[in-house]
Amino acid sequence: MSSLGGGPPLDEGDLPVAIPEPVDPADVARSGVGTDEWVARVDERRAAQTGISGLIARTWERTPAFGRLVILLGPFAIFPFITNEGNLYRYGLITIIYALLAMGLNVVVGFAGLLDLGYVAFFGFGAYLYGIMASGHSGHHLQAEIAIPIVVVSTALLGLLLGLTSWRLLGDYLAIVTLFFLQAFVIFVNNANGGLNDFSYPFVGKVDLTGGANGLDQIDPFNFFGFHITTTRGYYFYTLIALALLMVMLYFVNGSRTGRAWRALREDPLAAEVMSTPVNRLKLLAFMFGAGVAGFSGTIFGAVQSGAFPGDYDVGLLITIYAIVILGGLGSIGGVVVGALVVNGAPELLRSSSNARFLFYGVLLVALFAALKPWYKAVIVLVGTIAFGFAVHGIASAVWSRGTAGHISGAGNFGKALEHWVLLPTNPSSIAGWSYFALICAALVLTLVSGWWRVAVLIPTFYLAAFVWENKLVEQVAGATRLILLGALLVVIMNVRPSGIFGTSRVEIV
Amino acid sequence: MNWSLFFGELVSGLTLGSIYALIALGYTMVYGILKLLNFAHGDVYMVGAFVGFFVLQWLGGALSPAVTGWLVVAIMFVVGMLACGLLGVGIERFAYRPLRNAPRIAPLISALGVSIFLQNSALLLWGPQFRSYDTFDLVGVKSYHIGNNFFISNLQILTIAVSIGLTIVLALVVSRTRTGKAMRATSFDRDAAEMMGISIDRVISFTFFLGSALAAAGGIMFGLVFGQIFSLMGFTAGLKGFTAAVVGGIGSIPGAVLGGFLIGLTEAFATGYLPGGSVYANLYVFALLIGMFLIRPSGLLGSPVIQKV
Repeated sequence: MSSLGGGPPLDEGDLPVAIPEPVDPADVARSGVGTDEWVARVDERRAAQTGISGLIARTWERTPAFGRLVILLGPFAIFPFITNEGNLYRYGLITIIYALLAMGLNVVVGFAGLLDLGYVAFFGFGAYLYGIMASGHSGHHLQAEIAIPIVVVSTALLGLLLGLTSWRLLGDYLAIVTLFFLQAFVIFVNNANGGLNDFSYPFVGKVDLTGGANGLDQIDPFNFFGFHITTTRGYYFYTLIALALLMVMLYFVNGSRTGRAWRALREDPLAAEVMSTPVNRLKLLAFMFGAGVAGFSGTIFGAVQSGAFPGDYDVGLLITIYAIVILGGLGSIGGVVVGALVVNGAPELLRSSSNARFLFYGVLLVALFAALKPWYKAVIVLVGTIAFGFAVHGIASAVWSRGTAGHISGAGNFGKALEHWVLLPTNPSSIAGWSYFALICAALVLTLVSGWWRVAVLIPTFYLAAFVWENKLVEQVAGATRLILLGALLVVIMNVRPSGIFGTSRVEIV
Repeated sequence: MNWSLFFGELVSGLTLGSIYALIALGYTMVYGILKLLNFAHGDVYMVGAFVGFFVLQWLGGALSPAVTGWLVVAIMFVVGMLACGLLGVGIERFAYRPLRNAPRIAPLISALGVSIFLQNSALLLWGPQFRSYDTFDLVGVKSYHIGNNFFISNLQILTIAVSIGLTIVLALVVSRTRTGKAMRATSFDRDAAEMMGISIDRVISFTFFLGSALAAAGGIMFGLVFGQIFSLMGFTAGLKGFTAAVVGGIGSIPGAVLGGFLIGLTEAFATGYLPGGSVYANLYVFALLIGMFLIRPSGLLGSPVIQKV
């Protein structure tokens, strides 16, 4: 001030300073997306993230990239030495194949922001193409070091072709084209067995390409320069190394010119185009890259299963892979690994119904205490639900004897205790159906109420959930129930935390 | 030329097409207003077919209906359309509305989740088996013929007529009523419409109600004409309805109907005439979609999209 010369320095108090109005803390929390202030306060909020989650988040950010890779994949490297072959396949190998697949999808959806709903078809295409080149079914036995590059390149080219068709409209229409492509792929492989109804190809006539509905069997194990991979453990390490290499590659791509351009076009394609980013070319590149990774994963899956079967490459798998990417956080490399672990591990545990029971109640309990603050409300809900259950059970046993006649088999003391708490009608089909409907309604009502009303609604909702679980959902844990939960998970994550577990929250400046 | 095969495929193509047209209308309206691909729409169609089935059971089944056959059919339509309309409103309220200002990809993924949720809930509750409407017992199927080769059944006439009738009603609602005007305004510019005092939420809910009710009508008609429904029928039908909407020009109501008939006819004639058609009919529909993208990406009756900044 004094440098301006003239006059005594003004006292701060003389200036007409606007007195900041007291801000309602709720307003600050709500202001969220769309204001510059929200951006400016990002460090403040990070510092405010105290407690265990804050500590973990800060430590994670300080860890160098290589350290993160070791933390994420280290346990996977140890896993084969502490488990048997069967568990290594179910929990280990399938999880990392899913992680590999999801890593490719992450480039398409997370980096470039394209909704590729035919991704699983590229995975299947890889498995089938490898099978055609190297299997007892087709009669060719190509070496893996030749077959795998051919598969990866042709899958990427197929992706390019498919992407080119919607070249001018690579937005929503890509979702339709790819979804239909998946459907077309499944129809094709189901029927291309050279049978009566199959195409007659020019020059060669009818050929048995895919084995039709029975699948393409006797696929060769990988044969690299005469060295055969035959054990699950061998495939496990092969896939793990591939996954690690891909993660390292994506880490560098992410920071590269291309990676930054991808993120730019994900955030705002129009703005990116105005900045003379070649938008369509970059989108196609991402799409091709994803397809190539899927084809590569397909060869592993085909060789591991020693067969390719049409039923494996359907919408169920697509949803699984999407759930992995979204749970882990769109665009997050490490998140995908955690997502794969959760999404593949949990349903594998669900396969036996007594494990599934513990998992179900465990998840409910954890969710209750994580979501309902302050803690005493959660305790009230817990105690309330238990008391509510015994009350309902008591009343029902007096007036509706059929309602408590059922039994839970094979769950030990926990199951016996449950029999005294949850209603188990002898013929639950119809009433469980209506309860399922009521449960959905109750869950939706929960999103509309708040405060103590939420506590009040939660108690019957939890009991209803237990009732539906024991009488209906537990029957089909490996099939419909799993996909119902994954579907609900996608909707819930999108509504509650669109950035997933590890994704960075996105800032939209309007 | 085998005229009997030709006319047979023509009639079945028109019948299928009118069902696809009804599905496509829902897609096109929702896309017109929200710019959202509602993946769950095909599953709403499936739920509609099942609601129709359960209403039929509740009224005593096809063999001993409580009231006359055609009245049963009418009640099935009314209840099915109302129930699915409410389902559609519910889906919008809980799965899409919270995401209205989120990045483009969020509601799409949410829609995918709803679709899988509905499909597998149906699988859980109603099982994977086929259910039959037993239309022969319910209303009796008569076949009319013109000349020696052209045959059409009363149900096929009904399907095509109901589909065209509903489309005309819809077109009138959109072009003549106050709500229709609000829908058009919202579709044109949502923010401006809101500033003019239009309740956007109500307009969108109404759109979902209409679209889902039409899908339910399609589902029930499918059950009546083809006899059998199952819990996974929504996926393929939804995909074709979708394709119909895109081929006709997404956002355009006459386009959806035109696209629906085009897809239906393509499927029927591919089945009858093209190599491998009996199993690969859907591949030919896919080829049609791809061809459309290459030649005229905005669809037959659509207008090119101009992006505003």
